[in-house]
Amino acid sequence: MQELVDLLPQLGEGILVTLELTIAGAALALIIAFILGLGSRARTRWARVPSRVVVEFFRGTSLVVQIFWLYYVLPLPPFYVELDPLACGILALGLNYGAYAAEVVRGSINSVPTGQWEAATALDLGGVHRLRRVILPQAWPLMMPMFTNLLIQLVKGSALAAYITLHDLNFFIGELRKGTTDTVFAYTVGLLLYFVFAYALTLIMNALEARAKNKVGQGPSLREILRLTPVRTTGTEVRS
Amino acid sequence: MPDNDLTPAIEFQGVGKRFGDNVVLDGLDFTVAKGDRVTLIGPSGSGKTTILRLLMTLEEANDGLILVDGQPYTHEIRGGRRVAIPEKRRSLVRRRVGMVFQQFNLFPNMSVLENIIEAPVHVLGISRAQAVARAEDLLEKVGLADKRDARCTQLSGGQQQRVAIARALAMEPEILLLDEVTSALDPELVADVLGVLRNIAETTDITMLIVTHEMQFAREVSNRVLMFDGGKIIEEADPESIFTSPEHERTQEFLRAVL
Repeated sequence: MQELVDLLPQLGEGILVTLELTIAGAALALIIAFILGLGSRARTRWARVPSRVVVEFFRGTSLVVQIFWLYYVLPLPPFYVELDPLACGILALGLNYGAYAAEVVRGSINSVPTGQWEAATALDLGGVHRLRRVILPQAWPLMMPMFTNLLIQLVKGSALAAYITLHDLNFFIGELRKGTTDTVFAYTVGLLLYFVFAYALTLIMNALEARAKNKVGQGPSLREILRLTPVRTTGTEVRS
Repeated sequence: MPDNDLTPAIEFQGVGKRFGDNVVLDGLDFTVAKGDRVTLIGPSGSGKTTILRLLMTLEEANDGLILVDGQPYTHEIRGGRRVAIPEKRRSLVRRRVGMVFQQFNLFPNMSVLENIIEAPVHVLGISRAQAVARAEDLLEKVGLADKRDARCTQLSGGQQQRVAIARALAMEPEILLLDEVTSALDPELVADVLGVLRNIAETTDITMLIVTHEMQFAREVSNRVLMFDGGKIIEEADPESIFTSPEHERTQEFLRAVL
């Protein structure tokens, strides 16, 4: 136990690095997801085909290999691009999970009822406007639960960063094991740390999902959920 | 460009529409004069709804031309060939046409007011204040002035449809397409919606194309009825004569079945 206390500063560093990888990786993944997801739906082949190729490539290759490739291969000829380990981790996580999330974006946009597209056309709302003001606000709450899943997978995937010299949570667990020589203790603490980390993110994402749903008229608002007194959620929707 | 009261509001010239092997419309010709209220009747699958959808550019015709106010809409003849008109020009014609759908299709991410002012502000470019004032007038007209800030999902079907009517009218269309607007409603809510439409028919000179199963409403509101069967117009008359003494055998059968 004393070792755990001694290693606390390192734990802080580990959490910080994992948090950096998670937030920056997720932000990059989100941007890539929208670019590739919208690209996959484009009418012009010049946008659609490259988007599909990139999505399939990064979904179809291992995250470990991607990280190692960025870290070990990129500095070699003919590339000569040397990225620092954190950038490699963020880039690999962003590309890999961005490719998965692109499919979420594409699928959710396709799931918005055709009537919504048609009503927008009937009002002569142009392509970009229709997407931005009508379709995406409705596709967003559909994306959220799947994004939550991917975010948790991304957190766990970020553990690979320890193998390219980053001092993340996974690295800390290794240090703990070396320090205590108690393998059971170290890896059990490791399990708990990742679980707490992922669960905290789940709670945040669930709140964002509730907010997104409420904005399209489904379910209670975030304020109602966070209120301590129970809310009646029935009767918010009256049909025909 | 011809643009006077004698120019038809809508003109179909040899319009054909196929879905795969299924021929829905075949060389269809008809015109609708300005201010006409035309009801399209006929068995399902006879092509009535397709006509409205072609006019809203939700479907694209395989042959022929559609003119709105004498102007080619989706295709034109250039150098003896039928060519598609680019989206920018289609858009200018499209905004003169409004449509109300069977399933209302209000935007659930917007309030009632936002649904109504979205297109006037962003498509027509009128000021927000002016759009709000107009929306409030329209909500008054459809009897929903108190629902201005409500969420669409909190309204009944009949109320949603009346908002959808206000939303279409906010664009000040010259042509209004009504596609089975009461079919998705509970029976007790139909009267309100039809009342609103009757009022619009009486107080405006908007050209209307109506697809409906409400024959009584068709009789009161329209001045022309077109009977469709197999993608063709098989009978055309004023409502009084077609409903009391239909000539074509298929019309007689159809009206017997629905009345």
